[in-house]
Amino acid sequence: MVNTLDPQNFNNFSEASVSVEIETEDMTLNIGPQHPSTHGVLRLVAKVDGEKVHDVKPVLGYMHRGYEKLAEVRSYPQITTLVNRIDWVAGFSNEIPFIAGAERLMEIEVPERAKHIRLILNEMARISSHFVFNGAYALEVGALTPIFYAMEDRERVLDLIESVTGGRFHPNFNRIGGVKPAAGSGPTTKKDIQDLPAGFYRDTKVAMQKVIEAADQFQNLIGGNEVFKKRTKNVGILSAETAEAFGVSGPILRASGVKSDLRTQMDYLPYDQFEYDIPIGENGDCYDRWDVRVKEMIESAKIVLQAIDSMPSGPLQAKVPKVIKVPKGRTYVRAENPKGEMGYYIVSDGGLGPYRLKVRTASFSNLSILPLLLEGALLPDLIAIMGSLDFVLGDVDR
Amino acid sequence: MTEVFVKVGFLALAALNGAIIFTIMDVKGASWMQRRPGPLHVGLRGFIFPLAEILKFVQKEDIIPTEVDRPVFKWAPAYVMVSCVALFAVVPMSPTLVVADLELGVFFALAISSLGTIGVLTAGWSSANKYSLMGGLRAAGQLIAYELPLILAVVGVVIQAETMSLVGIVEKQIEWGVPFVVGGQIVGFLIFMVAATAEMMRVPFDMPIGESELTMGFMTEYSGIRFLIFYISEYMNMFILCAIASTLFLGGYHVPLLPTEWVNFYGPVVLLTKTAILGFILVAVRWSQPRFREDQLQNLAWKILIPASLINILVTAIMKVGF
Repeated sequence: MVNTLDPQNFNNFSEASVSVEIETEDMTLNIGPQHPSTHGVLRLVAKVDGEKVHDVKPVLGYMHRGYEKLAEVRSYPQITTLVNRIDWVAGFSNEIPFIAGAERLMEIEVPERAKHIRLILNEMARISSHFVFNGAYALEVGALTPIFYAMEDRERVLDLIESVTGGRFHPNFNRIGGVKPAAGSGPTTKKDIQDLPAGFYRDTKVAMQKVIEAADQFQNLIGGNEVFKKRTKNVGILSAETAEAFGVSGPILRASGVKSDLRTQMDYLPYDQFEYDIPIGENGDCYDRWDVRVKEMIESAKIVLQAIDSMPSGPLQAKVPKVIKVPKGRTYVRAENPKGEMGYYIVSDGGLGPYRLKVRTASFSNLSILPLLLEGALLPDLIAIMGSLDFVLGDVDR
Repeated sequence: MTEVFVKVGFLALAALNGAIIFTIMDVKGASWMQRRPGPLHVGLRGFIFPLAEILKFVQKEDIIPTEVDRPVFKWAPAYVMVSCVALFAVVPMSPTLVVADLELGVFFALAISSLGTIGVLTAGWSSANKYSLMGGLRAAGQLIAYELPLILAVVGVVIQAETMSLVGIVEKQIEWGVPFVVGGQIVGFLIFMVAATAEMMRVPFDMPIGESELTMGFMTEYSGIRFLIFYISEYMNMFILCAIASTLFLGGYHVPLLPTEWVNFYGPVVLLTKTAILGFILVAVRWSQPRFREDQLQNLAWKILIPASLINILVTAIMKVGF
């Protein structure tokens, strides 16, 4: 009940001051598009009461680059350069489902060696993406040091990707029917040109050992930190049912306790040949989401080490026509990317390029859970929860 | 009159140099812990880095947004800096090398240190920016909450030393033979350091600045020389609170075995060394800890530190009266 301060209604002022309630208004706080922790240009319009967050509306679209439309006027080989840039933290992983979709429509059997190289680079992209998450997330909860370690360790993996593909972020390495001849390979004979760069196996083994060490270090230094635990445990709890209902996928879904991994369910790459665990969380809080990703780094490193040991020989490229025309038809390919499920729906009318390309990205669906998780959170929790969703704005807006 | 100017000049210079030394220490600590080559190798092994930092801010434009409350906005940095400089007045570097050996030295120091809160709060309020406002309010809440354990931790020392003069406190420690941190005030020392870290608004208590949440907190709208003043004040505050902590708990300018008649020569060096050791601990904490949440910070102050410091006072008093 709110009274106006009319002196005549009261005998004295002390009585007046007791019976008046202060009416407070929620403050609208505009977080982003320029803000240190919104991963680029996400904008959140938050209604806050002091530190308490009452309502959050994410505003998307500041990063919309129209890739789906652009793809309609490009040929299939040209599109790989576009899709590289959707989730730029793991550029290589974006190519895989698109190329696999085109190959499925063309009914091309990809050589085993090319598949293995794809798999190795895909896992490396996952590792580098999780490194970025680790550093950035620590930064968001206020620890300034881990990002430097994460970036340094990631550089080792990116160097390997670069030695094979020629690009650190945007490899553009997949070709329909196989992979491009490696960039850093020896110049002498034709066979060498076709192969991986000299010393790749050795360097990879060293680098993957370092990745496992780095992940252990993260688990000790960040995961074992009391303040970090206080900031992340029991914060932003996401139940398995809600996660599935919202189409959340990837590490976030697994952190909620759902053992769902498209690597084991789909056959776009030969993951069934290797042994690895799928780490899952218990509570679905921020700490679990962080923990699952660190454990995934170790598992990915193990997959790469196994793939290196069992690398088959053979050609890198299947026989494909000079001018690539995809037969009429439509297909949808799903793949497990570092951020979650990524899918390409390709509609072909038999021409040089797709008639329509629809990209299903993980970050977009994962971000849809944000307003729900933020109900009743504090402002520092908002940053912690947002960071734990690990989205890339290019992946959200495309 | 000349004496006053000399003393004020000394204060400003000493506090400023202390701040610069701590800046170098912080940056070098950061580059050492984060494997950053820059501040360890660039420009005379990184030692001219603060100079570059200061020149960078001096040459930048001092932007004052149109919506701000201009006089308040302009004067806020001065409040913060003055409170830091004035604090240094009572820190003794030897029994005679002290700007003002006040009878109520401890009281003066604690009173002056809370003056900076006004600067921070007005900076946040006058900036006409919601992030600044939240930063200012967080700072107010935090500084008020941690003022209490800071004062209560010092009360133990005052009881034990039976004086409020800082020179007197050091002399008492010389008389005892061991600094107070060994002689019964270890809990007080820990509480003092935690509360002082919160007073300086350093990690893990840097929510008023909270880079990843509030962009730069109460400093968001400041640029150029005014931002520099805030920046330097932070390190000045760190330097002076460490100096006070080493005076109160670590024996100040005194070190055993050295002849006391030479104290005017080695006193400042000893004090600086002790201050630097405490500063290094703060640097190491800053670069290895995440940030607390606002409610956790308040819980720590009201539920743990204040009861602990009250118990500390009780135990100290009982020991004092009983033995």
